Amino acid sequence: MSKPIITFENVSKRFGKMTAVDDVSLTIHEGEFFSLLGPSGCGKTTLLRMLAGFETPTEGRILIDGQDISNTPPNRRPVNMVFQSYAVFPHISVADNVAYGLVVDKVAKAERDRRVEEALELVQLGGLGHRKPDQLSGGQRQRVALARALVKRPRVLLLDEPLSALDAKLREQMRTELCTLQEKVGITFIMVTHDQDEALALATRCAVMSRGVLQQVATPNDLYEFPASRFVADFIGSVNLFEGVLAVDEPSHAVIRSPDLPVDIFLDHGVTGARGGAVWAAIRPEKIELHKKDGDAAPNLGDAPKGTNAVAGVIKHEAYLGGSSTYEVEIASGRRVKVQRSNLTRWDQEDFKLGETVWLCWHACSPAVLLS
Amino acid sequence: MSKRSAPGPLEYLRRWQMQAWLAAVAIFLYAPLVALMAFSFNDSRRNIVWKGFTLKYYDKLFNDSALLEAFGNSLTIAAVSTVLSLFLGAAAALVLWRFRFPGKTALDGALALPIVVPEICMGVAMLVFFARVMPWPQGLPWPLNLGAIIIAHVSFSFPFVAVVVRARMASFNREMEEAARDLGAGEFRTIKDVILPHMAPSLVAGALLAFTLSLDDFVITFFTAGPDTVTFPVKVYSMVRFSVTPEVNAASTVLIVLTVLLTAAALKLQGDPAATAGHGAGDAK
Repeated sequence: MSKPIITFENVSKRFGKMTAVDDVSLTIHEGEFFSLLGPSGCGKTTLLRMLAGFETPTEGRILIDGQDISNTPPNRRPVNMVFQSYAVFPHISVADNVAYGLVVDKVAKAERDRRVEEALELVQLGGLGHRKPDQLSGGQRQRVALARALVKRPRVLLLDEPLSALDAKLREQMRTELCTLQEKVGITFIMVTHDQDEALALATRCAVMSRGVLQQVATPNDLYEFPASRFVADFIGSVNLFEGVLAVDEPSHAVIRSPDLPVDIFLDHGVTGARGGAVWAAIRPEKIELHKKDGDAAPNLGDAPKGTNAVAGVIKHEAYLGGSSTYEVEIASGRRVKVQRSNLTRWDQEDFKLGETVWLCWHACSPAVLLS
Repeated sequence: MSKRSAPGPLEYLRRWQMQAWLAAVAIFLYAPLVALMAFSFNDSRRNIVWKGFTLKYYDKLFNDSALLEAFGNSLTIAAVSTVLSLFLGAAAALVLWRFRFPGKTALDGALALPIVVPEICMGVAMLVFFARVMPWPQGLPWPLNLGAIIIAHVSFSFPFVAVVVRARMASFNREMEEAARDLGAGEFRTIKDVILPHMAPSLVAGALLAFTLSLDDFVITFFTAGPDTVTFPVKVYSMVRFSVTPEVNAASTVLIVLTVLLTAAALKLQGDPAATAGHGAGDAK
């Protein structure tokens, strides 16, 4: 991986008795699109604001390009920010907004004009420079905020919930544009968001935070398929968690026995680091298959011994989402299992009815084993 | 005749009772002013019967050196006290908006005192203050002799500026300030480029408020003014003591027109109708 650009070294931030950020150590590399993800109040915004210079760490250091900037005021940091409210200055024109950072830096007028023009073109606002911010739509105002930050050619661009104020259609469009923009300018982006879809779609790497603590730092794919803890598994996407014990743990396979399930969960790999305590099997709803129940013979997907990885239940709830349908299936223990099924043909939705008894089964590689 | 639909619950202006009420309000508010202005053009010593149109009382007015001097005093006091109130009021509002410090609530309350304390009490307080605590030196050349009145005026008008400015700052988006800092501006540059422009409409409104408050103040001025520092309202009062002559009408008309023009100018300068909301505070006086 390319060289580190930002390093948090054991950074903590306390407001009075409240700990907003708790001993975070994190390295972000050049050219990454990094996302800080977590529920509101998890400390992700505080982390970003410390990077921008609006808060100073109570403990620890923040380095940019190896330089300690923990106590540098925001106007002397090589980072720029796109604010949640965009914070476009309402009393000056779009071009003046974009030029502001250059004027403050005393960049010569000719170069300033050229760079402002470039930046406006970059965010597709060419020709709108003379407008006042109140003549722009929300999406356009955000582009102004982007141009205003990018025109300063920062080492790192910080984005605070950049898409939260846009409506659904525009949000999707801006997602793609942010990606393209980042590839074009090659600047490291750090984005704070509480929207997991946004983080998964945009980021090259994500940090999941909860109550001020870093839970996991990984690529979106790893976060989803190999979550490190129940919190991450549950926060990213939807999941069925079964608490149990490891009945068998061999290098080639393992078996988890859960009181919630009448059958064992068979895994096609061993579990490392298990200490004999409770473990959790996390199975994503789309990784559970629904099968018609004709007769008592459980279906077998071929990669697990008979009598494992298949359980009967009754469909108690269904939700049609267009591209897919989700079901809640109640099994013998009374536990409801979430199942998601893609509607591959136009009649798929009609395959399973409310109240129908069905088989649920999954592959031996599908459950993720969690130790915490 | 086709019937119009019955007025809806919120269409107050289509009910005749409301229209009559509005008309009555307008008449009681403005009829005295209109009468006052009309009779300033009346060609008669008495203010009762209309005799004919004349401008001679305006002519008289502009040749009455005592009245002109009082008018000049009033304008000077108003201008100086407006500038001072603007600085003090805006600074107080900024401090209360921006910082947390011990005694903030107390200061906040104390700031409202000059607004709520009865004017007559303020007047007596000023009299005692300038007589006993800090006598303003007598016999100073103009305009220094107006100092006592200016101080008195600043003390009751800057809280109005502070209130208006603070109300405006409540709608300020702190991210604007952070954005300016983020883009490289220092603290003072941020105040100049971002905070002041946001504050501007309230500064105009506050200045207008301070100016008119000072220009038409009678009670407090009456207690602080000396024989050689008569202001326009005090002068008018002394003229009325003998009889209400058309000169008084003419003088009042000039004052009214001046105030209306200033208000109109300020409103036009502001452009932002929302910012004038705070101006209503002055009516409570």
